[in-house]
Amino acid sequence: MAILDVFLLEALINGVLLGGVLALLSLGLNLVFGVIDVVWICYAELIMFGMYGMYFLYTVYHWPLLVAAAVCIVGVGLLGVLLHVLVIAPLLGAAPINQLLATGGVLFFLQSAATVMFSIEFRNLGLRLPVLKLAGMFISYSRLLAFAAALIGMVLVYLFLARTYTGAAIRAIAQDRQIMVLMGVDARRIYLITSALGGGLAGLAACLLVLQYDVHPFVGLSFGPITFLICVLGGLGNFGGGFVAAFVFAELISLGGLYLDLEWGYVFAFVFFIVMMFVRPAGLLARRS
Amino acid sequence: MTRSLGWLAGAGLVALPFVYQQPYHLHLMVVILIWSFAYTSWSVMGRFGLVSLGHGGFMGIGAYVTALAWNHGGVTPWIGIPLALLAGGILAVLVAYPCFRFRITGHYFALVTLALSGIVLQVITATRDHTGGSLGYTPTRHQGGSSLYALQFTGKTTWYLIALAVWGAGLYVWYRVDRSMMRYALEAISEDEDGAAAAGVHVTAEKLKITVLSAMMTALAGALYCQYQMFISPDTVSGISISLQMVFAVVVGGIYVSLGPTVGAVITILLAEVLRISFGTRAVGWDNLVYGILLVLFIVFLPKGIVGSIVDAVRPRRAGRLAV
Repeated sequence: MAILDVFLLEALINGVLLGGVLALLSLGLNLVFGVIDVVWICYAELIMFGMYGMYFLYTVYHWPLLVAAAVCIVGVGLLGVLLHVLVIAPLLGAAPINQLLATGGVLFFLQSAATVMFSIEFRNLGLRLPVLKLAGMFISYSRLLAFAAALIGMVLVYLFLARTYTGAAIRAIAQDRQIMVLMGVDARRIYLITSALGGGLAGLAACLLVLQYDVHPFVGLSFGPITFLICVLGGLGNFGGGFVAAFVFAELISLGGLYLDLEWGYVFAFVFFIVMMFVRPAGLLARRS
Repeated sequence: MTRSLGWLAGAGLVALPFVYQQPYHLHLMVVILIWSFAYTSWSVMGRFGLVSLGHGGFMGIGAYVTALAWNHGGVTPWIGIPLALLAGGILAVLVAYPCFRFRITGHYFALVTLALSGIVLQVITATRDHTGGSLGYTPTRHQGGSSLYALQFTGKTTWYLIALAVWGAGLYVWYRVDRSMMRYALEAISEDEDGAAAAGVHVTAEKLKITVLSAMMTALAGALYCQYQMFISPDTVSGISISLQMVFAVVVGGIYVSLGPTVGAVITILLAEVLRISFGTRAVGWDNLVYGILLVLFIVFLPKGIVGSIVDAVRPRRAGRLAV
């Protein structure tokens, strides 16, 4: 009896590929949380709008794929800025839970705005990427592409945060919101840049997800909750933790889907999350105080 | 004065179905009363800063346990509903006890409970052989008509009275909590857990009590909804959107006042119905569009909700004077 049979290996590889995209999803949310201390419950809905953007630009207006992707990334980045200016900024001093609920309101708004504007039909890009056949396993190119683009996106963000002056200011603000303002960092500007960056990452995720999934107004509900759980599991605001948690989650979902149903994969992931919250409440990679 | 007004209004509500019997309006009243009860159940703990996004899960448990016990085991809802409440209570303890023990609060508590409503939704969908999955589930009709044994009634009046009684009981529980020592303990906890513990409050036990109470009430709302509608699906009684809907309605009505959740239910349900009737299928999505904008506006400009702000405006605040 071979323990590492082909199906298991295929599920494992698909898990890793899914993990790359989930890691990208959680990176944007983590960045916003780490810096601004706000959870964007409507994060997945921003991605949904990006997916619609790709659909209309590429499939309806026949723009080149890469141009459409660039426009979507910038567009969702602007949505992020808009969200910050209109909803988050007035609530910066309010109780954290009010900020959470307000972005919950934005979630309702974006979902139904999409329903009203685009109706509830499922739409897809109509773009079929070939499937890679390797030693009896089937791995789709769209997943490979998504994985690679997610990795590149994450490296770019890392370099931005680690090597640039603005990046250093963002990390500093994330560490101490009060002192850095006294040191001459313009917090409002940093918040705007962070929101744009978080939105841009959502836009990138949208471009990658639309290659694999149909877009409809409620698509956000299918991966939004997972994204939050990954961020919390990794420790909100902890980028490395989010990265590890994304791969753990993706493998659980993928393997659960292999042995039972896809839903059971999600159930395992959720149960694992709750158990881990009790074992390591501050996140997977947190140091024990 | 206010007390007698309350009794008068209560008597009016009880007498209503005997005078006025338009079925659609009665149906609307029943739905509003059931959801008001669910929202009140949420606010029983939500008002103490324990923001749960898992109540969709408790509601789903209440509805599905009752329906499954009836269809598969032939267990009358008179036993099935207590079973459902028990299941909801046990689930609440399983999740909430470690949360409180390990001091998972605020954002983290909200997100852990969010995972809970996700789990319940996915389990219902995954066990589709027994629960019908996302297609929904219907309790079997008991010999076609009304039956006290099966808790199935075809008449709207009966359901109106049942829903009214349960809603009244929900308000009574709210008042009892409001008047109890527990309220002071929980308010102290929501201000400062360490301080409350130092003052002799058993933090974990107090939070657990209110959570279990709230979860069981929500499960009852789910069971009631199931028995009245005779159709449940994972999306109408469980999941994250139902959890958010509860929070939303309570915030609009007012978290800190007894009638807040009820007013929230009246406003949100009427809004959806009015839009649906006046625009038909073209209105799909518009109700949530308005909800979403209202929710943001309320949190930014009127965080105490409609009833809370009215109460504040009418009654001069003592707390305000003390603070100066």
